[in-house]
Amino acid sequence: MKNAFKFDRERLLLGIAGPVLALAVAFALSVLVLVASGLDPIEPFQIMFSSLQEQDVQVLIVNQWATYYLAALAVAVGFRMNLFNIGVDGQYRLAAVLAAIVGVKVSAPGPLHILIIILTAIVVGSIWAGVAGVLKTARGVSEVVSTIMLNAIAGNLIAWMVLKDQFGEQAEGSNDLTTGLIDESGWFPGIKVSDFAGEIYGFVFIAAAVGVVYWYVLSRTRFGFDLRASGASESAAAASGVDAKRMVLVSMLISGAVAGLAGMPELLGGTHTYSSNFPVGVGFTGITIALLGRNNPIGVAFAALLIAFLDKASSQLNLEGYPAEIAKIMQGLIVLSVVISYEQVRRYGQRRQQHRVGEELAAQAKKNRKEVSA
Amino acid sequence: MRRLTQMAVASIATAALAFTVTGCGDDSGDGDSGKGGADKGAALAYDIGGRGDLSFNDAAAAGFDQAKKEFGWEGMEVEPNEGETDADKIQRLTDLAKKGYNPVIAVGFVYSKAVGEVSKKFPKTNFGIIDDPVEGKNIANLVFNEEQASYLAGVAAAKVTKSKTVGFIGGVETPLIKKFEAGYVQGVKDTDSSVKVEVKYLTQPPDFSGFADPAKGKSAAEGQLDAGADVIYHAAGGAGNGAIEAAATAGKWAIGVDSDQYNAPTLAKFKDKILASATKNATGAVYNLIKSVHDKKPQSGEQRYGLKGDGVGLTESNPAYTAMTDVVEAVNAAKAKIVSGEITVKTEP
Repeated sequence: MKNAFKFDRERLLLGIAGPVLALAVAFALSVLVLVASGLDPIEPFQIMFSSLQEQDVQVLIVNQWATYYLAALAVAVGFRMNLFNIGVDGQYRLAAVLAAIVGVKVSAPGPLHILIIILTAIVVGSIWAGVAGVLKTARGVSEVVSTIMLNAIAGNLIAWMVLKDQFGEQAEGSNDLTTGLIDESGWFPGIKVSDFAGEIYGFVFIAAAVGVVYWYVLSRTRFGFDLRASGASESAAAASGVDAKRMVLVSMLISGAVAGLAGMPELLGGTHTYSSNFPVGVGFTGITIALLGRNNPIGVAFAALLIAFLDKASSQLNLEGYPAEIAKIMQGLIVLSVVISYEQVRRYGQRRQQHRVGEELAAQAKKNRKEVSA
Repeated sequence: MRRLTQMAVASIATAALAFTVTGCGDDSGDGDSGKGGADKGAALAYDIGGRGDLSFNDAAAAGFDQAKKEFGWEGMEVEPNEGETDADKIQRLTDLAKKGYNPVIAVGFVYSKAVGEVSKKFPKTNFGIIDDPVEGKNIANLVFNEEQASYLAGVAAAKVTKSKTVGFIGGVETPLIKKFEAGYVQGVKDTDSSVKVEVKYLTQPPDFSGFADPAKGKSAAEGQLDAGADVIYHAAGGAGNGAIEAAATAGKWAIGVDSDQYNAPTLAKFKDKILASATKNATGAVYNLIKSVHDKKPQSGEQRYGLKGDGVGLTESNPAYTAMTDVVEAVNAAKAKIVSGEITVKTEP
């Protein structure tokens, strides 16, 4: 028992070592980039951290966190199953636009209206991801290829749907197309911070709850075990009676459902409509975050917070005369260092484990020899 | 027991973040600290692409630069991040107003909601927005009749075409670019109803690479040339450079957009085949707004730039164009009719 606990702690340390090492390397490289471009290497970080004290920036970060967290969890579900769902972006956008359209067409009392919108997003997201799942299980099409293509198809479908001939609306004199404004009964209530800083989207708490559910399902249920087992070794999982094809399909459906939710903080809390202004690329940021957070619900939560912070604090850089791209470069460096440092830490852990097992075996052998000789 | 604590950590860490982080901050703005006056100068918030897009943003930047030189302040230029939300834009404009920049000018309708909200928080700061009708006492809406200039481009195209086929290449299929298409097609048809117009959009929103990728413009133009077009009008920003290259290389006419592309250094190789350009004077519009604030007589409400007053127009810098007197005459006649109101140009195809 004592041994098991110790082993856990070591694993935890190794688990934290990866991201910490990655961030340190990314930070060092960013400083190098700044020095190389003839800029002050430290001040940008000071500016970014000092902007954290401002309430409106905090609210922005927290709201963005919800979107990123959900997108990253969607990616993480796939990763756990060894599925690379690059299509989170398309699933998220298609779900958002259809949820927005349904939200406009339907009128219902408050909670029901919101529920209908959310369910639409979940269903659309999972159907769109399910297409890739079916292609993989029935035809063996790589989900990497199919989800990228589905992203493009989703983009064109959305462009078609927001045309005025379909569901689009264009305000008089405006050059923007929207899907129309959802009635106020379909707005998710938020927590007002102040007139100036705006409000925290209520959906932030739903996102946190989804994180808890993710943790529970993956680590405390039979299904989660099957999923992780199939991800670790498909043949071993099959040998213990797991239907691999079913697992692929189900995890794609779940991944898509969570991806569908990713658009909800913004749709239900912020814009209340889908327009060409709706954020794109969220699904790709989700991949970064899932990698950085190692698919662990708490790790992903912190990673999402970090990326949201880099995003929001970087706009301050622009105002102080630094290029905001510094933050983008940092994000890129983080991804690179994450991949490298995780591999390093994994190898180190493996070596230590081998070493220890070797030691234990040697001790055992020694003991055996002694017993024999005795 | 362990299960409980792990669960507790999971939920506390995620949910409580929201509370703790926001609980401890100062209010970063006191609402209305807009220090009027032109001491800090103007601020320009670009659309995606920013300075250097050789098109729309650059035109606005030129007006900004002109004012900067004349009034002797530094000013501020900011660019958006990809994938940001309205809330980010609100924060960006708030920061600019808070720092005392006046006027704060937003380039493009993507700032519509942000300008609407921030202008209420800073009643003493003047805001400008290009291409959007959002209303407010301290908002100046810089809007253009792109369709009128495009109509003239259509007249010229219908006059010079020999194959009775002309092309239109739109960068991204947005309502704004559809105005260009509508005016162009109407201009062509009003001049010669037997001329066929090939219409092609490079990308659909939110994929805005159709304004940036010359390779896309080139292949679209080649497609239209194959279909028999001998004049191609593009409204595709930087991507249109590829369309001009394709048309000029094939010895056919190209019509430029936004700025006078006959005189664009990057297109010097193809200038002989750039018949004319349908321009949009964003430079002047931005400068006028900044000057009005400087003169303490800030513009507010709709500032419309049309053929009347030369807010939009068709350039006459190519001598090959001015040599075709019948074409120039037809264009000038059409212009007079639009200015007098005899012709109303459609804004939707």
